[in-house]
Amino acid sequence: MTRLAAERRHVVRFTLNGTPLEGEAEPRLLLSDFLRHQLGATGTHVGCEHGVCGACTITIDGALARACLMLAVQADGCALRTVEGLAPSPARLSVLQEALRRHHALQCGFCTAGILMSLDTYLRRHRNPSESDIRDLLSGHLCRCTGYTTIVRAALEAAAELANDLTSEDRNA
Amino acid sequence: MSDGMSQATADAEPTQTWVGRSIPRVEDAALLTGRGRFIDDLGVRAGTLHAALLRSPHAHADIAGINSEAAKRGPGVAAVLTGTDIKALTSSLVVGVKAPVECWPIASDRVRYVGEPVAIVVASDRYRAEDAADLIEVDYRPRPAVVDPLAAIAPDAPLLHDGFPSNVASDRRFRYGDPEAAFAAAAHRISIDIRYPRNSCTPIETYGVVADYDAAEDAYDVLANFQGPFSIHAVLSRALRVPGNRLRLRTPPDSGGSFGVKQGVFPYIVLIAAAARAVGRSVKWIEDRLEHLTASVSATNRATTLRAAVAADGRILALDWDQVEDCGAHLRAPEPATLYRMHGNLTGAYDIRHVAVRNRVVVTNKTPSGLNRGFGGPQVYFALERLVQRIALTLGLDPLDVIAGNLVPADAFPYRTATGALLDSGNYQEALARGIRDGGLAELKARRAAARAAGRLYGIGYAAVVEPSVSNMGYITTVLTPAERRKAGPKNGAQATATVSIDPVGSVAVHVASAPQGQGHRTVLSQVVADVFGLTPADIRVNTEIDTAKDAWSIASGNYASRFAAAVAGTAKLAAERLAARLARIAASQLNIAADDIAFAGGMVRSRRNPDNALPFSRLAAVSHWAPATLPSDAGTTIRETVFWTPPELTAPDEQDRINSSLCYGFIFDFCGIEIDRTTLQPRIDRYVTMHDCGTILHPGMVDGQIRGGFAQGLGAALYEEYAYGPDGSYLTGTFADYLLPTTAEVPAPVILHMQTPSPFTPLGAKGVGEGNCMSTPVCIGNAVADAIGASDIELPLSPARLAALVRGPEPAPPAGLTIEAMAAGGRELRGEGSAIVNAVPVQIWAMLLNPETLKAVIPGCHSVQKISDTHFRADVTLGIGPVKGRYRAEVTLSDLDPPRAVTLGGSADGALGFGQGEGRITLTPERDATRLHYAYTAAIGGKVASIGGRLLDGAARVIIRQFFTALAREAGGGTRRGGLWAKLRALFRRR
Amino acid sequence: MKPAPFDYVRAESLDEALDVLAREGGDARIIAGGQSLMPMLNMRLAKPKVLIDIMRIGEFARIDDANDRVTIGAGIRQATLLAWPDLKRRLALVALGLPWTGHAQTRSRGTVCGSIAHADPSAELPLMLLALSGAVHLRSRKHRRRVPAQDFFTGMMATTRADDELIEAVSFQAGTERCAFREVARRHGDFAIVACAAVASGHGVRLAVGGVADMPAARDFPRLAGAALDDALNGFAYDLGARDDLHASARHRRDLVRALGRELITEVLS
Repeated sequence: MTRLAAERRHVVRFTLNGTPLEGEAEPRLLLSDFLRHQLGATGTHVGCEHGVCGACTITIDGALARACLMLAVQADGCALRTVEGLAPSPARLSVLQEALRRHHALQCGFCTAGILMSLDTYLRRHRNPSESDIRDLLSGHLCRCTGYTTIVRAALEAAAELANDLTSEDRNA
Repeated sequence: MSDGMSQATADAEPTQTWVGRSIPRVEDAALLTGRGRFIDDLGVRAGTLHAALLRSPHAHADIAGINSEAAKRGPGVAAVLTGTDIKALTSSLVVGVKAPVECWPIASDRVRYVGEPVAIVVASDRYRAEDAADLIEVDYRPRPAVVDPLAAIAPDAPLLHDGFPSNVASDRRFRYGDPEAAFAAAAHRISIDIRYPRNSCTPIETYGVVADYDAAEDAYDVLANFQGPFSIHAVLSRALRVPGNRLRLRTPPDSGGSFGVKQGVFPYIVLIAAAARAVGRSVKWIEDRLEHLTASVSATNRATTLRAAVAADGRILALDWDQVEDCGAHLRAPEPATLYRMHGNLTGAYDIRHVAVRNRVVVTNKTPSGLNRGFGGPQVYFALERLVQRIALTLGLDPLDVIAGNLVPADAFPYRTATGALLDSGNYQEALARGIRDGGLAELKARRAAARAAGRLYGIGYAAVVEPSVSNMGYITTVLTPAERRKAGPKNGAQATATVSIDPVGSVAVHVASAPQGQGHRTVLSQVVADVFGLTPADIRVNTEIDTAKDAWSIASGNYASRFAAAVAGTAKLAAERLAARLARIAASQLNIAADDIAFAGGMVRSRRNPDNALPFSRLAAVSHWAPATLPSDAGTTIRETVFWTPPELTAPDEQDRINSSLCYGFIFDFCGIEIDRTTLQPRIDRYVTMHDCGTILHPGMVDGQIRGGFAQGLGAALYEEYAYGPDGSYLTGTFADYLLPTTAEVPAPVILHMQTPSPFTPLGAKGVGEGNCMSTPVCIGNAVADAIGASDIELPLSPARLAALVRGPEPAPPAGLTIEAMAAGGRELRGEGSAIVNAVPVQIWAMLLNPETLKAVIPGCHSVQKISDTHFRADVTLGIGPVKGRYRAEVTLSDLDPPRAVTLGGSADGALGFGQGEGRITLTPERDATRLHYAYTAAIGGKVASIGGRLLDGAARVIIRQFFTALAREAGGGTRRGGLWAKLRALFRRR
Repeated sequence: MKPAPFDYVRAESLDEALDVLAREGGDARIIAGGQSLMPMLNMRLAKPKVLIDIMRIGEFARIDDANDRVTIGAGIRQATLLAWPDLKRRLALVALGLPWTGHAQTRSRGTVCGSIAHADPSAELPLMLLALSGAVHLRSRKHRRRVPAQDFFTGMMATTRADDELIEAVSFQAGTERCAFREVARRHGDFAIVACAAVASGHGVRLAVGGVADMPAARDFPRLAGAALDDALNGFAYDLGARDDLHASARHRRDLVRALGRELITEVLS
C-alpha cells in the first residue's frame, strides 16, 4: 500500500507522448495543472474543471480521460498522450489536424486540443464512422466558436482518408 | 436536405486577388499542435503569486464584519485584501449615467449580487489561496433582494444604491416623427410584451490577469485577455489613480473566445493590479468556471412592450417601444450601452417613419451586465420580429407578406431611419427572394402541411434583421439629454488603427489594434496587404497583440461591434496603399517611368506597359533603410506607416436625439422549420436557412464560420441557455451541467446563403457579420415554435417543460387520496410536512426539545451545542449527503412555545458551501401511550451549493431534515419499535 | 476550483483498502473512476481527509457470468462493460441504457460500481440495477453482505452503505427477457429528466423510473391495457413525488412517466 501525505510532494513518473518524465505533486494536484504548469505541456487546456467542457481531454493508457478529473498521482506509471504528440513532426500536421485546418474547423482553438484527442483516439479504432457516430462522440466537447459543422465534416473526411491509407504512419504512432 | 454547404465556400474561380478566397489560416498550425499562447500558457515573472477571490453567497446583504485572521496565517499566504484595502489604493469605476453612484470591483460594506468579490487572497499558488479563502469568516446581514426588472421599479422595491432615487438609473423618452398621430389614425394597434432572459456567450477560456506594479515609477504593467474597447483603458487608469501612460495594458497572442464577454475582465484588472501593488509582487489570477458563470458578465435581460400602429394592409406606420433594461447590480462601463447600441436601427429592416421610445435602465441584485455578442440586438429583434408575426396573425396575413410589405425600398439607400441610422446599402427584397428560392421555402411549407395533416407539431418561423457593425463611440451618449451632452462635449467616431512596416530586407509586417479571439484576423490582414503589394499572404507577417505602451491604439481599438472587416482590415489596406504609393514613386524614379505606370504583382514592381522593366519588391522596399539619400525628395520614407481611420458618417447624436449608432448595416433573412415531438416536447430543427448580405466578403470560410458560430449561440439562447436566479437572488446555473451550451448533438448545419452589396462607407466594401445570427436566430426559432404550437406568447429558453405548459391540456387527476404539495411558484423555497408516532409522551419529547444534549444528539452531524438562552442555541455542525459535506455554524431558536403541545423551531446555517434557513412548526398530539409528532417546514438554501448543486439540492435538504426528525423520533422512542418506525418514517418521507 | 488537501492511498489489495476504511470511516472516500467524485473535490463540495484509490486492486477488474448472474467488479469501467462481447446477450437492458451514461470521454474512466455508489437519482446505472433486481455486494473488514438494489438506495445520493464498507461488486440478473429503455434529457448526455427502463417479468412488466423521485423507483405492472394501464401509470407517476426544478416541471415529468411508461410497457409486451 502506498499512502501519500497531503502536505508533501511526491514523485510522479509517466510517459508523455512516449517520453519518460517525472515531476513532483501533492496528492491533490490535478493532472491538468501538473501537465500544464509543472511539465509545460500547455496544449491541454482547462475550461471548466468539472469534466463537462472537454477541453482537457487526453488519453491515459489509450483511453480517453478528462485531465481535470484526475490527480497527477493517479497517472503514476501510465502512458499519457496529449495534443503535443499528434503531429508526425514539428513541421507536419497529422491527417486529422490537416483536415481540421482545411475545413476551418477551429477559430479560437481553445477547445481544439480535447476534440483532437477524442477524434484521434476514436478514428484509430473506427475506420468508417457515420456522421451520427462523430456527433455522438463529440457531444462530450463544448465549442463556442464554430457551431460544430466544420469539425464534423473534417472528422469524416479524415476518417475517409485514413481508411484509404491503412498504412498511414499515424496508425502506428 | 442540403448539407449546409454555403454557396460562397464552394470553390470559386481563383481570382486575381487574395481577398475573397478561403485560404488556410495562418493561426491554425500552432493551435492544432498545442503551441497556442493563451494567457495561462505563458510563463510569468519569477516569484509571481496567485490570487483567489472570496465571493458573496448572498444576493443582497450588509457586511457587518470580515475576520481574515485565520486565513492570513494559512501556509503560503501573502495577503488577504478586503474592499477597504482595495479602496485605499483605487478610485471608483466611472458610471455611464449622471448620478452620485459609485461602482467598485469589490464590495466593502454591502454585497449586491451573488458572486460579488468580498476578499482577495494572494498566496504562493492557487490551491493554497483557495484553502485560505475557505477560512475567511464574513458576517452578512441579509437584505431583501430584487431580481425582476419590473419588480425593481415598484415603489416599495428594496433599493440597491443610495445614490439613485430609485432602482431606475436612467429614464429617457424619445419621439421621432409624429407617432401619436400615426397611432390615432391607424386601422390597428397591435402590441406585444416580451421578457428576454439573461444569457451569455461564455467563451471556453475564462478571464485571466497578470499584474505587476513598479513602485519606483508608480506604474502598472498588466497582461489580460481583455478584448477592448480600449476606451476602458481610460476607466482603468483613472481607477488605478495613474495617468494613462503609467498603465501598460498588454494582451496575450491568443485568446480563447470572447464574444464580447472578455470586455468584462476589466474590473478584475483593477483588483489584481491593486493586489500586486499591495503585496509588492507580481500577481496572477485565472478565473475558474464557477466564478465565470456566476459573476463574470451577462447580457442584459429586458422587459419590453412594443406597440405598432398598423394599416389594414399590414403596413407598419409607427412603433412605440417601452424597454426596461436590467443591468444587474452595478452600471459598469460601458452600460447602459446594450440599450442604446440599436437605437439608430430600432425600426429594423423596415421603413417606419414614426417612433416613440421610452428607455428605462434598472438595477437589480444580479451580476452586472456587459458586452455580449449581438449586444442589444437579440433583445430588440425578439420583440420586433415576434410583433411582425403577431401582426400577420391578427390581420390574417402571411408573415412573409408583412415582412416584405414593410422593408426599406431597394432604391432608398443610403437610407436615414427615423431614429437616425444611415443604412449604408442593401437590397432587402432581392435577399428575401433569393432566400425563399435557394433556401427551399416551398418545400418546407409542404413539409409543414404534411406534418400537420399527420397530427404532428411543425412550424415555420421568419426573421428579417438589420445587423449593425462598427459602433459609433458616441451612441452611448444618447442616454444623456442634449443639455447633458452639450456640457460633456461631443463623442463620436470609431478610430481604427493599422501599421504597416517594412524591414531592412524588405519583408512586410502588419500590426493592428484588433485583439482577436479566434476570428483569424492575422490571415485576413495578410490577404489584404498581399494584394496591395503584389505579394503572397505568406510574405506578410501580422501581429495582433496590443501593448498600450508601444502600439498605435485609440479608444475604439479592440474586437467588438463586428468592426474588423469593415474598419480594421480597411484601415490596414489604407496604410499599405500609402506605403505602396511612395514605393511607386521610388520605383518610378529607379525604373525611369511615371508613377501611374507602376504595378505591384508577383513579388515584383514593374511597369504596366513594359513588364520587363521591373524590380524585386524586396529590393525596392529596403531602399529606405539602406540608401535613404537616393530617395526622390518628395517620396518620403517607406519604413513604417500608421493610419488612423474614422468614418465621417459617425457623428454625435443631434439635438433631436437622432443617432447613427453604427457605420454599416448588413441584412439577414432567416427562416426555419421546426418539429416538436408530441411526447417529449423537444424541438428538432428540420432546416434552418440564413441569408446574409454583409457587403464584400473577404474570406468566405471565415464568414461562414462566424455565421455558424453565431447560429449555434443563437440556438442556445433560444432553446437551452439561461443565467437563472431564484426569487431571493440566489444564482442557480453555476456549472456547465446547469448552464446548457448546445453540443454537436443539438446544433444542425444551417443552410447559408449570401449576396454581396458592398458598403460605400468602408475601404473594402465589407460590413460586419459576426453578430447577426445572435440577433436573428433566437426570434426565428421562437417564431417557428410559436407557429408549431399555436402559442401567442413564448419565453426563452424554450425548454420542453415550458412548451408542455403551453401545449398540454389539464393533467389527469391524481389517484384518490393523494395530495400533491405545491411548491411556491418558481420558488427555491422548500416545503414539506410529515408525522411520526414516537414512543414517548408529549412532555418527554418537550423536555428533549429544550435540552442542548438532546439537540446535540438529534441535529445531524452536530459537534457541539452552546446554549445562548433557554430558547436559543448555537451549534457547530457538519451537514451533507454522500460525499458532499460541509461544516456550518448553526443557530437554533424556539418560539411560539405552547408546552407541551407545539413549538416553532427556527434554524439557520452558514458555511463555506452556502447558507440555509428554515422554520418548522412541530405539534405533539398524545396517541394512546405514544405521541404523534407532526411537523411542517419551509426551508431556503442559497450560496455556492445552490449555484452548483441545484438539481440535487431539494432532495439533499429533505435527506437532512429527515435525519433530524428520524433522530428525534429515535431519541424519544429509545430505539424500540425500530423496524416499524423506520418503515413508517421512510414511507412518510417518501410522501406516501 | 482546486481540491482541498487530502492523503492519497493507492490500495494494492482489497484488505489494504478495507483497513484504511475501517480506520478512517467517514473521513475517507473511495475513488475509482472519479467521474462523480472529482468534480465535487474540485468544487470543494467534498473534503475527505483520505482518498482511497481502488483501481489497482486486481481482483476488482472482473466481470463474472455465472449462475444466471453477471457480477461486475468495482474496477470495471463503464466503457469496459459496454465493450463486453456478451453484454447484449446477457444484459440486454444495460446494452440499451449504458450509452446514455455521460459521454464516451467519461465512460472511459467512470466505473459501473462508482455510479451506483454515487446514487444520483438521475443516473442510468442505479436505475438499471433496480430494474433488473440487481444487488450491491458490500464488504468491510468485519463482514460481507449483499443488499438488493431496492434496499440499497435510500434517498438523494444516499445509500445503506456504512462508512467502513465499500462496494466490491454489483450483480445483475442475467437473462434474455424482453426489455426497453428510453431517456429524455435536456441535451444528449445530460442527467435524465426522466429515464425509463422496462423488463418483462413473470406476470407482466417491471417499470423503473429515474430522474423523478429522490432515487430510482420501480413498480411491477400486471398485463394491462387501455384505461387500466393509463390509471396504473398515472398512479405511479404521482407516487414518485416529482418536483419542479431548473430543467423541468413536476407536471412535465409526470407526463413523461405516463407517456414513456406506456410506450415501454407496450413495447415489452408486444
